[in-house]
Amino acid sequence: MGLISFLKSKFKKKDTTVDTYSQGMEKSRKNFSNKLSNLSRRYQSVNQEYFEELEQILIESDVGINLTLRIIDEVLDESKREKITDPTKINEILVDKMFVDYASKGDIINELSFKEGIPTVLLVVGVNGVGKTTTIAKLANRYKEQGKKVLLVAADTFRAGAIEQLTIWAERLKVGIVTGAMEADPASVAYDGMKKAKEMGADLVIVDTAGRLQTKNNLMAELAKIKRVIGKEIEGAPQETFLIIDATTGQNGVIQAKAFAEVTNLTGVVITKMDGTSKGGIILAIRDEIGVPVRFIGLGEKMSDLMEFDLDKYLYGLCVEEE
Amino acid sequence: MAFESLSEKLSRIFKKIKGQARLTESNMEDMLKEIRVALLEADVNYKVVKEFTNNIREKAVGQEVLTKLNPGQMLVKIVNDELVELLGSTDSEIHYQKNRPTIIMMVGLQGSGKTTTAGKLAYLMKNKLHKKVLLAAGDVYRPAAIEQLDTLAKSVGVDIVNLGTSVSPVEISKKAKEKAFNEHYDVLIIDTAGRLQIDEQLMQELNDIKDNVEPDEILLLIDAMAGQDAVNVANTFNQRLTLTGAVMSKLDGDARGGAALSIKHMTGVPIKFSGVGEKVTDLDIFHPDRMADRILGMGDVLTLVEKAQEEIDEKEAKKTVNKMMSGKFDLDDMLSQMKQVQKLGSLGGLLKLIPGMPKITPEQTEMAEREMRNVEVLINSMTKEERKHPEILKYSRKMRIANGSGKNVADLNRMLKKYEQMKEAMKKMEAYRKSGKMPPGGLGGMGLGL
Ligand SMILES: Nc1nc2c(ncn2[C@@H]2O[C@H](COP(=O)(O)OP(=O)(O)O)[C@@H](O)[C@H]2O)c(=O)[nH]1
Ligand SMILES: [Mg+2]
Repeated sequence: MGLISFLKSKFKKKDTTVDTYSQGMEKSRKNFSNKLSNLSRRYQSVNQEYFEELEQILIESDVGINLTLRIIDEVLDESKREKITDPTKINEILVDKMFVDYASKGDIINELSFKEGIPTVLLVVGVNGVGKTTTIAKLANRYKEQGKKVLLVAADTFRAGAIEQLTIWAERLKVGIVTGAMEADPASVAYDGMKKAKEMGADLVIVDTAGRLQTKNNLMAELAKIKRVIGKEIEGAPQETFLIIDATTGQNGVIQAKAFAEVTNLTGVVITKMDGTSKGGIILAIRDEIGVPVRFIGLGEKMSDLMEFDLDKYLYGLCVEEE
Repeated sequence: MAFESLSEKLSRIFKKIKGQARLTESNMEDMLKEIRVALLEADVNYKVVKEFTNNIREKAVGQEVLTKLNPGQMLVKIVNDELVELLGSTDSEIHYQKNRPTIIMMVGLQGSGKTTTAGKLAYLMKNKLHKKVLLAAGDVYRPAAIEQLDTLAKSVGVDIVNLGTSVSPVEISKKAKEKAFNEHYDVLIIDTAGRLQIDEQLMQELNDIKDNVEPDEILLLIDAMAGQDAVNVANTFNQRLTLTGAVMSKLDGDARGGAALSIKHMTGVPIKFSGVGEKVTDLDIFHPDRMADRILGMGDVLTLVEKAQEEIDEKEAKKTVNKMMSGKFDLDDMLSQMKQVQKLGSLGGLLKLIPGMPKITPEQTEMAEREMRNVEVLINSMTKEERKHPEILKYSRKMRIANGSGKNVADLNRMLKKYEQMKEAMKKMEAYRKSGKMPPGGLGGMGLGL
């Protein structure tokens, strides 16, 4: 048994391997060749240059310089200690290190959990344009298909067209929606949403919020208020808060996660637009520094383009070249 | 601000190197390593960073920096020159056609800010350049994208071609072009749906629009928060469409924008505008040389001056500044100065442009602005004489003013204390200005209540 599958069996709670993940990634990995194995083929045994190339692969995937240097150092140490010079083995150590690093930060259950009689409230947050509203549609679709009664709450009352956007999705999905007027206090829309959720006995309430840059303190305070209002109406809610991160995000992603974690109780990251890149290495840095795990990934603009996050496949994909 | 952190880092590195009496090969390598980390943390493209540090090393050796009297400073200059080189040093503007409409096409990834920027450009061209602008709603895919542009068009007060979502984007663009020509618009801005650079079908659609309307400008939106892949994205769009420029969006956050900045160097496509907020007014013309200064921590003084000129009655401002500096500073001056600053929009934004200023949180800004409103109410309840000579304010006068303004005497006293502090601060500031240094703690330490 390879190290990865061994670790996987050790860390994985449930078997959630989904083949559709690979299908979803197909677009970006046509004509793929594995960067790592490419690399190892070019080298008989590893040297300084080899490690520099490894470093480049990670940095170009937005893993970030600090985490990259640390991982490479660890691999270097281990290879010296164990006197390993075979590039293929080195690669294995590298991927293992990343896997262990990520997995050892705690158990992860990707799916939302539900309790009889109490709606699960999911608050969705993030900076502008990352795919919050679209992801909400995808999640609503997923849980509706699982037989849950879903309600959407359009608390982005700021961006032009945002309410219409979520309303169109609600119509397509045939799920309920609560909206307010443009420019209305988003917390009051959230309040109406919670009221309605209790009335209709919803299983899942997903609250859309306006995109906000984490530097805008007044908008971050507004988010805290939305969260407070939700908690007042439904005890323990929001049980889940997802931060949406665009796969093309650079090092600012860590700062985003830090800032949003300060005002909300982040329980997961959804990384979107993974159909365009198989990289998105910033999620490793986020997990490393903030501890928040990725729960789902977005792979397109349709409501079915959502998959559970699979660390193993992701790490594999990270080292896949797009040509 | 986008580059705060990078510039802070670089200036720390420079300080270290400037402080060194002798520069050796090894401490230069240390510095290069630190610069490398700082740039990578700012999302500057990996290949650009490599080239950048190599160039600096080469130039430093070539110019025999190590043997020079002031090697640290020499090195800083080399870094600066390289940075300017990297960003490009000339402004790139939109070239407007004289006898027919100028056609601009917005392209980019999903969520990069095309629609918002289309609205901002319309605002800028209509209000600052007095152009007759037409928008075309060509994003027929994202739900409610058309409604979004429609709302923006209404709020800016420009016309829009909105044919709904059942007409193809190529058809919409052609119709819009016809209208722009027939009805003599100066500018047509075509919004398109976001798309991935690897989506062959949708990329072809952009080619079709291009072939049909022959735009004068094709602008690619790049998010300031983008990572290493941004250069590849720009490359693909450029190869397909031959871009004429890029717009960096979301520069108002704390993203360092290194990826967007790498684009000019890697693809030759110049950045023409930068988006600095969500409102239609939040678009700036991009000046690469100033950005280099800003990265190196010199502050974007020119932008500040320009912004001030735009908003401030210059004579009035000069008068106040002179008075302030000379210490002949009365309550009227205080009010007028505060009003000027208010006109500049957010005080925080203004201070950020001044080099050496400490970071100011939005709360502090808000507090300062609230304070200003208080001051205004109080001063408005005073007589001319009292404003000129605040020292005559004794208890009965104070009571009257407090009553007249709906505040209490304590508020008034606090304001007068502030005035004294400000007067004092201005004197100090002048002294510091003459000596060429910034006071410790910046303005915050000088009792401006920030
Ligand atoms: N290719 C791709 N596009 C996406 C994905 N998720 C969202 N988008 C697109 O990104 C853009 C912004 O999405 P939206 O949900 O409006 O972002 P919000 O501002 O965060 O709510 C839209 O054009 C979406 O269709 C994804 O997983 N893949
Ligand atoms: Mg949205």
